[in-house]
Amino acid sequence: MDTASPRHAKAAEAFLRDEENADWHNETLWFVRSKRDRAAQSLPEWEDLREQASQIKLHSLSKLDDYLIQLEENARQNGVIVHWAANADEHNRIVLDIMRKHKATKIVKSKSMLTEECHLNPYLIKEGIEVIDTDLGERIIQLRNEPPSHIVMPAIHLKKRHIGDLFHLHLGTDAGADDPQYLTEAARIHLRQKFLLADVAITGVNFAIAETGGFVVCTNEGNADLGAHLAKVHIACMGIEKVIPKAEHLGVFLRLLARSATGQATTTYSSHFRKPAPGQEMHLVLVDNGRTRQLASPDFRNSLKCIRCGACMNTCPVYRRSGGHSYHTAVAGPIGSILAPNIDMKEYADLPFASTLCGSCTNVCPVKIDIHQQLYKWRQVLGEAGAVEPTKKIGMTGMDVLFSHPRLYRFAGRAGRWFMQKFPSLANKSSLNPWAIHRDMPKPPAQSFRDWYAQQNQKDNG
Amino acid sequence: MNVGLFIPCYVDQFYPQVGIATLRLLESLGVRVVFPMEQTCCGQPMANSGFQRLSAGCDKNFIRNFANCDVVVGPSGSCVLHLKEHLHSDDQPEEAARLRNNVYELCEFLTDVLKVEQLPKARFPYRVGLHTSCHGQRGLRLSSMSERMEPKFSKPEQLLRLVDGLDLIQLSHPDECCGFGGTFCVFEEALSSKMGKDRVYDHVQHGAEVITGGDMSCLMQLEGVLHRQKSSVRVMHIAEILTAGN
Repeated sequence: MDTASPRHAKAAEAFLRDEENADWHNETLWFVRSKRDRAAQSLPEWEDLREQASQIKLHSLSKLDDYLIQLEENARQNGVIVHWAANADEHNRIVLDIMRKHKATKIVKSKSMLTEECHLNPYLIKEGIEVIDTDLGERIIQLRNEPPSHIVMPAIHLKKRHIGDLFHLHLGTDAGADDPQYLTEAARIHLRQKFLLADVAITGVNFAIAETGGFVVCTNEGNADLGAHLAKVHIACMGIEKVIPKAEHLGVFLRLLARSATGQATTTYSSHFRKPAPGQEMHLVLVDNGRTRQLASPDFRNSLKCIRCGACMNTCPVYRRSGGHSYHTAVAGPIGSILAPNIDMKEYADLPFASTLCGSCTNVCPVKIDIHQQLYKWRQVLGEAGAVEPTKKIGMTGMDVLFSHPRLYRFAGRAGRWFMQKFPSLANKSSLNPWAIHRDMPKPPAQSFRDWYAQQNQKDNG
Repeated sequence: MNVGLFIPCYVDQFYPQVGIATLRLLESLGVRVVFPMEQTCCGQPMANSGFQRLSAGCDKNFIRNFANCDVVVGPSGSCVLHLKEHLHSDDQPEEAARLRNNVYELCEFLTDVLKVEQLPKARFPYRVGLHTSCHGQRGLRLSSMSERMEPKFSKPEQLLRLVDGLDLIQLSHPDECCGFGGTFCVFEEALSSKMGKDRVYDHVQHGAEVITGGDMSCLMQLEGVLHRQKSSVRVMHIAEILTAGN
């Protein structure tokens, strides 16, 4: 297998070149993490809720086939048209076919990371269809022709003045205006026209309920509702892991989701959809796209519990300082670094290494995914598959030889320290030693601990 | 109790004074300690880089060295965690399992096994910042974690509070990663350095004269940044502070 280039490291370096901006990004996300902490502290049963959510998800995944069939049957009985898609292409084609059937050309879309994962927008646009993202953050990055940098806050990498410039260009707002109220009102007027003219509304799905055949969409702007109620056709797209057994389980997840995502007690709109309104049509597209492969792997199965709250990104010290785009995948951050290699191992081989394995992600995860353990596991899988940089493999093979042979280790240690003492400028030369670009090397001591210990023993015995 | 002293390779080579302090600390508490001379490394660098398979020789050497010890104690949460989770042997699976269950990080050995409640000789009259290392904290549960809703506790802090004259400062981010991360520090150099800088800043802002912790690797990262900044703030392993004034 060819090896992936360390794209994340390079992108992170570029992101950090504007240190002031990187600091602002870091602090903004930490602010959200702190809000999450306060919201979690307000519930004495927080850790119990996490455990419950984790168990419900584990159970759902263990009987995923049963629950999906139950969901399909109940949804059909409610009058919903259900589709199955094995991969991204099938998903995109299903959506296009529905559009064609209705001779529809205009879509309003609420935020959906699944459609992002399937690259639905460029596919439909190429087919001559107008696709408008209606989540404000999502609309902003769409106008910038960028992917989202965060699954909950897609434009979190941008400042007010960026939005001001963008809206001036596309929506005709005053040059230099960066008042949030003014800009939001401009976006509202712009989006209102799109809502009124749309033929079809696409939404994501946060939770689908097997027992009722219904599904829940959570937004803070009400854009999913406005789209779905105004358009003649509503297409809801979901990954198959989004199904939960019963409506009574929703409470557990809805309490955890918003608190983990933004520190809110609940999302502003948690809308329940069950059947099409008279004269309207409702579709539900169930997408696999690698999920059954992930399900089949005991090491990575747990990652399918993810409810896409983004808490792992907000807490991740690496994500906060490198930005979402450095992960070059639809779902960035720690959870994305587990999900992405399952979709394309070669393309995303660098991502499980874009972590210090500090474990904070695992601790904030509301469904208790062992995120950092899975990152460690992915590294082993990638190492076995030969998908890591050759220099790393050569280095590690050398270390294995060194550490397996104590005499060689002692000799090399002595030689290394001697070299560093004699040629400190070489050891600290940043072109030879990446450590030395921004940091100094430790000063090598004359004697190792081992040598000191041997000497002591000699003294004691002699 | 036959206690084996495990001194990680980089401590052996670069920070012998930490090994010496660890040994003296344990001996001052009445523990008979042996240091197996042929020990090398815990195998973590290979494993974290995706080559756990290549640490078999390392594991074998570790097991050979510590086979006669009832427990193993090391002044590094990260190396100890690696051993606890991954020490493996096809030839001696039972011995590997026994060692996995009997390896301790220095602080947890002092608080949980020896149940140390006083260090009468220890005196260190400085303002000290405690860097809480991720693997020790979250992996070995040496202290409570800011992400979890749980009662507050900290084994390293519990020990530092026994030191006369020591002023433990509060940090804005008590458990943020320092960015060392093993080979991460080289392969993600820019990010790693930035994380180190930010970590140092938190300590310096709150008036630390010395930064301490249970992992010399994290401290080496912070020391590297401090040196480059020509800062007067020093780093010291917690074993050095607990034996200071002796």
